[in-house]
Amino acid sequence: MVSVAGVAAPTWLTGVNPVAKLAAALVIAVGLVLSVDWVSALTALVLEFALLMALRVPLRVMVTRAAMVTFAAALTALTILLYGESRGVVHWHFLLITVSDGSITLAVATFLRVLAIALPSVLLFVDTEPTELADGLGQVLRLPARFVLGALAGVRLVGLLGQDWRYLGYARRARGVADQGRVKRAAGQAFALLVSAIRRGSTLATAMEARGFGAHPTRTWARPSPFGGREVALICAAFVVVAVAVATSVGTGHWNFVATR
Amino acid sequence: MSTDIVSDRPTSNPRSYRWRVVDIVVASVLAVAAGLVFVLWNIASNPIGAPLGAALPGLQALLGGGWLFAGVLTALVIRKPGAALYGEMVAATVSALVGNQWGVLTLESGLVQGLAAELVFAVFLYRAWNLPVAVLSGAVAGLGLAINDLILWYPGSAATFSAIYVTSAIVSGALIAGALSWFVVRGLAKTGALSRFPSGRVGSQPNLAR
Amino acid sequence: MSAPPSPGGGVAVSAQGWQWRHAGRAQWALRGLDLAIEPGERVLLLGASGSGKSTLLQGLAGLLDSNEDGDETGRLLVDGAPPARRRSRIGMVLQNPDSQVILSRVGDDVAFGMENFNVERAAIWPRVRRALAAVGLDLPLSRETSALSGGQQQRLALAGVIAMNPGLILLDEPTANLDPAGVVEVRDAVAAAAASTGATLVVVEHRTAVWLPVVDRVIVLGDDGRVVADGPPEDTLGRQRDMLQRAGVWVPGAELPAITRRHAPGARLLEAANLSVGYRADDGSHDLTFDVDRGAVTVVTGPNGTGKSALALTLGGLLPPRGGTLTADETFAPAPRRRSPVEWKSRELLTRIGSVFQNPEHQFLTATVRDELALGPRALKKDDAAVADTCDALLDRLRLAHVADVNPYTLSGGEQRRLSVATVLATAPGLIILDEPTFGQDRNTWAELVRMLAEIADDGAAVVAITHDLDFAGLLADQRVDLGAWHAETAADTPW
Repeated sequence: MVSVAGVAAPTWLTGVNPVAKLAAALVIAVGLVLSVDWVSALTALVLEFALLMALRVPLRVMVTRAAMVTFAAALTALTILLYGESRGVVHWHFLLITVSDGSITLAVATFLRVLAIALPSVLLFVDTEPTELADGLGQVLRLPARFVLGALAGVRLVGLLGQDWRYLGYARRARGVADQGRVKRAAGQAFALLVSAIRRGSTLATAMEARGFGAHPTRTWARPSPFGGREVALICAAFVVVAVAVATSVGTGHWNFVATR
Repeated sequence: MSTDIVSDRPTSNPRSYRWRVVDIVVASVLAVAAGLVFVLWNIASNPIGAPLGAALPGLQALLGGGWLFAGVLTALVIRKPGAALYGEMVAATVSALVGNQWGVLTLESGLVQGLAAELVFAVFLYRAWNLPVAVLSGAVAGLGLAINDLILWYPGSAATFSAIYVTSAIVSGALIAGALSWFVVRGLAKTGALSRFPSGRVGSQPNLAR
Repeated sequence: MSAPPSPGGGVAVSAQGWQWRHAGRAQWALRGLDLAIEPGERVLLLGASGSGKSTLLQGLAGLLDSNEDGDETGRLLVDGAPPARRRSRIGMVLQNPDSQVILSRVGDDVAFGMENFNVERAAIWPRVRRALAAVGLDLPLSRETSALSGGQQQRLALAGVIAMNPGLILLDEPTANLDPAGVVEVRDAVAAAAASTGATLVVVEHRTAVWLPVVDRVIVLGDDGRVVADGPPEDTLGRQRDMLQRAGVWVPGAELPAITRRHAPGARLLEAANLSVGYRADDGSHDLTFDVDRGAVTVVTGPNGTGKSALALTLGGLLPPRGGTLTADETFAPAPRRRSPVEWKSRELLTRIGSVFQNPEHQFLTATVRDELALGPRALKKDDAAVADTCDALLDRLRLAHVADVNPYTLSGGEQRRLSVATVLATAPGLIILDEPTFGQDRNTWAELVRMLAEIADDGAAVVAITHDLDFAGLLADQRVDLGAWHAETAADTPW
């Protein structure tokens, strides 16, 4: 979201409207979630990698961001492996665990599917500025400006709470209660931070209104949010990925519509 | 100029359903903070969920409440139509932007869960904000989460798994998202931080120093 | 039905029997206010805390909605119409610098107001540059707003207001949380803004000496929210001098309280040798060598950004030193091998060093005032009777007995400050460190705090105070530590 420290030189993606990135990720996600099979997921994954390489997203960034997603995908797949509906030859049975041919296939498919859906989301948003996203949501999608900008102000405010958190920690050490009871102390500290956040939010709301926020039903936007050829191209690329993946899957007979399960 | 006769008792103002700027900003602050908690919960749910799921398949949904409290908490503070949906969606957006294994579909989860919580408050015509309603809202949100997950992420699960998953999600929603949120809001009201909201004024002292 | 708005320049303000009560309260904040301000006038609004000054400003800014926020009677008019219909011509600057910054980049923040009023994009950015120039902020438009100093952030907020081309500029204690340099910067920027826009100005402050050169009229509100005095500055201040001083306003030329000290420096507690402090491991380029002794007051001064708060945290054992050493005397340290405060356990710190932060709310851990005071003694495992005695004694000494069972967050600013000092005294530490104890205080709380610290020092504790306040330093300092280039001014030169 906010620039990861040390991201390399801006790529083709940096200048693209965040709304287009959002749309592209959504297209891929919706297209792939409709079926649980390894063919569509694998095809999509391969095409996504090709696309991201073509857009020159730095490899190091791809790997680090992908690591967490891969881990989570593996765990989900493991759950399916052990507890999925059993079909075909049963390989292992223990209490409620049933590992069968069916559950193995399903697990592999799930793993690839989670990766194929989550990776574009993570990587497309690697260097998005919240202000640009808000501009896009308000101007391109025409979401209500009061909510979009109120949310932007809220996002910014929460980012500044780090210093408050540190001082709340110092206070607990200075008041003699920091030696034990970490969980209870952390909960109390979190509550105090919440109080601080709400108070700052209330004052910020007053400041925004004092500059006329919400006074008129319409507003102008000082920063343009262009939506042109590049954005359309990205969304088309997403459609292509989905179309090829689905076609391959249907063509090889592996298509497995999720709602029929 | 004669002054009107003024009573010394605070009058209760007619309820307004329009969101003020302070409603939007504070709801956003709450939702974004909740979104950051979601991010932490995403990470923590993997090592905790796996053994839970190993012990009893479907039990990992007991962690579901950690993703449901955004809507209920926001609604209990702001007390306006759409608050639960807004809170859950903004929190889900933050979680999605930072990155997790559900990607953009986190937004879809947020939508379903937020709508479920919103539904309960709507049924009570946005006038009841007590503990039972909060618990019910959390429970229904849990039900929404369970159905959504079972269709999209665990298709083809055995019936036992599904049943345990749904029950765990409902219990988790009721306790973590419903009851805990209600107690947190009550604590917040006592600090005076919610003085600009109706949630902060029930039982407040009449002569606060400011 | 109301008159069309005037095209430019100042607007008139009038209140006719206006009263306001916040929702959920029993008492009216303002009763029967009658007021008339001409276009282009510059008014200083004075009065005790709680006299409704902030409420009046919020009403004038059009921020009080009688449907949701409270009850209203009478009329408040700006340029002949209720303020809610003149919002494009009214701008307000609030007290806290970092709570007013809306967007992350300087240019965007200034443009915000104009966006709200439908100014065309092509017209926005030239006005942004003009407004920034008018307040003297020579910064690139893409500069991060969180990197600005307090004075710069206040000027940024003012630029945002000026860019809207207002007819009425409202300022609610704009310099309360700033260092002396920032105070002067903001005052000059406001004067320039009023001159260039011709707008009507209403300032609420309790440091009158700073604002006297800028305003041409002073209005004083009494405790019940009615106008008590109204007229040219010197005249009104002269006639209402006593009442204002009692209300805590810094009337120019008033004497500082006389503080007598029993100067009996005692045992050494801490030694700093070539000490360097900072928040991060590679920070810190100081070379401080000084001692902290019982019975002595050390005052630390220096411009913003030189690490004063970091020094307070380091002396308090909350941050490790970045260079040099900080050693406690053998009799002060809990164990001979652990002489640096950062190595001590939390309970050991409790009875040796007490820290009072700049924001008292950071230090509230419990739900009532009494519990706050009891927290320290209970952590030391004292029995209930002893704890109760300590609490009662402190409640009386610091005049908090009437709020003993109230939530600390709901106390007034002065009460919160007294509470944070009281909690530190509950465990009788040898050293007390205070970070900007007099920020934003009116005269009464200020005098009270100065007397209390003198008493604490005379009772045998060591006191270290980080401050910008030169009057404070003049009255109390036995030793001064200066972090950086700081041209000392005598008490006569300071703005307040």
